[in-house]
Amino acid sequence: MAMPMESPISFTNVGKIRWWQRGIFASQTGYVLLALAVLLVIMHFASPYFFSQGNMQNVAKNFSFIAIATLGVTFVIITGGIDLSVGSMMCFSAMITSMVMTELSAPGSPLVHMAADGKTVLANVPGLILLISILAGLGVALIAGLFNGFCIAVLGLSPFVTTLGMLSIVRGLGYVVSNGRGSFPGGPDADYFYALTSGDVLGVPAPFIYLVILALTMAVVLHHTSFGRHVFALGGNEKAAELTGIPVVRVKIEVYVICALAAGLQGIIISGWLGSAPANMATSYELNVIAAAVIGGANLAGGIGGPLGAIVGCVLLEVIRNGLVLAQVSSYWQQALVGVIIILAVLVDRVRSRMT
Amino acid sequence: MTKADATPVLELTGIGKEFGAIRALHDVDMQVWPGEVVGLMGDNGAGKSTLVKIIAGNFRPTHGEMRFAGSAVHFYRPVDARAVGIEVVYQDLALADNLSAAANVFLGRELKRRFGPIALLDHKAMAARALELFGELRSETRPDDLVKQMSGGQRQAVAIARTRLSNARLVMMDEPTAAISVRQVEQVLGLIHRLKEQGVAVMLISHRMPDVFAVCDRVVVMRRGEKRADKPIHQTSPEEVTALITGAKEAA
Repeated sequence: MAMPMESPISFTNVGKIRWWQRGIFASQTGYVLLALAVLLVIMHFASPYFFSQGNMQNVAKNFSFIAIATLGVTFVIITGGIDLSVGSMMCFSAMITSMVMTELSAPGSPLVHMAADGKTVLANVPGLILLISILAGLGVALIAGLFNGFCIAVLGLSPFVTTLGMLSIVRGLGYVVSNGRGSFPGGPDADYFYALTSGDVLGVPAPFIYLVILALTMAVVLHHTSFGRHVFALGGNEKAAELTGIPVVRVKIEVYVICALAAGLQGIIISGWLGSAPANMATSYELNVIAAAVIGGANLAGGIGGPLGAIVGCVLLEVIRNGLVLAQVSSYWQQALVGVIIILAVLVDRVRSRMT
Repeated sequence: MTKADATPVLELTGIGKEFGAIRALHDVDMQVWPGEVVGLMGDNGAGKSTLVKIIAGNFRPTHGEMRFAGSAVHFYRPVDARAVGIEVVYQDLALADNLSAAANVFLGRELKRRFGPIALLDHKAMAARALELFGELRSETRPDDLVKQMSGGQRQAVAIARTRLSNARLVMMDEPTAAISVRQVEQVLGLIHRLKEQGVAVMLISHRMPDVFAVCDRVVVMRRGEKRADKPIHQTSPEEVTALITGAKEAA
């Protein structure tokens, strides 16, 4: 450096921000996590069944069914965008996966060759059909994500309108390919499929394990890679991101692809649990997913959010649903209560940021 | 540093720019030497920002030649200008509020450590380097603090530290003192002095006469797309510059 470093800067005028006023303690995620902890304690006293092993497994499984998609949509929300097509995407990916699985296993299908033993050639390699069909399901999600990203980042269409269109396109295509009937995973690999999607390891539901792995990966990507840094910068100040030479178009396309892939994976997992992929599967799930992300602290204006918040939001929604059932409250109240919580969570954060 | 023994860091010869039938700039000659602070003044529409955008690589000039540190340069995009050592501090500072000071300084140029196929951010190295840069600028800014929580002067320091990262040789500042308090203006003018001490040429685009007279060595006045004056600051006065800007005096 041209100038030698003088003594380290003395911070006479600038106070240090206290540990409890920064990071997670000063975030909406922190408050909602606290609220969740309080709620868990209340539930424990309200119902002796709440903390039973069976109910806990049930809760873990149920929130995992929307949490993976919530992780994906959180990426998009951090950049300041929105993806409304996640619900339809779940259905379409699940449908394609089970259709491909059935088709490749069917001896009469024109697409496959027969081996000597009367099964299809592919069916003689255990797991190969499963692999191909899951890749097919994720493949259609990839294409839809690329299309979303291209329209938004390159053509400059609004994320709301583009993904609203995609919601309808993907749902419509689902009805077209299935003729409205839905589809079922079939063939020799169907058992593997059920084991991977609705099985459990030592009592821990498989979807929950996937969720934990994906959430940890997402935390590393967001906070310890330059891609993650660029995602936050894009949501904080898109013009600044562009001026500092961040590849804005590429990052935007990537987040929509990640979101679509997460939704596709989520759909495939749900279809394993349902045992089928009906054409009306996951209808309006995009609202639950976005609600969970927002309750967990993702800011729709962009720049704020993370995997912990996404999971906390999903857990809170599920605990309330589960709690209302255990407390024998009419399940019709659930929907209304979720709405109240969305507004309350955002309101608390607004009041807090006004105070400091 | 005297003018005789150095090549100008930036030399413009006969720069002109037309947008269709509109002549935004006409035949501008200008030199900027290392360690010099040049004030660029003019009314709205005088051609200041067009000139800055040409130097920063946002526009290509219709006529004329641009030389940087002695060799002819042609910029097609802002990245090209940055590659040779021209940095711009934008009026709105182009900072991401939700990120820390260090993250903003290194935005788009993050330091990374490789672990096999994965490259992870090197938070420690970036914070240390950012602290060093803030020290050079004598700004009391903590690398880990969020930009959201900073004063105008600190934000300016972050934006200027970003230009120091690449060892820029010419820094153009667009209205750095337009929207901040009096005390913070002092800080920003101090930052400009720091850059000058380190041999960086600074072009200060400003409407504020006192600021220009406080830090600049030379003032260039633009009017109607032409350069009307180019004088050492001690040979002119605020009154004369005002007259030149408004057109009460044609040229000096």
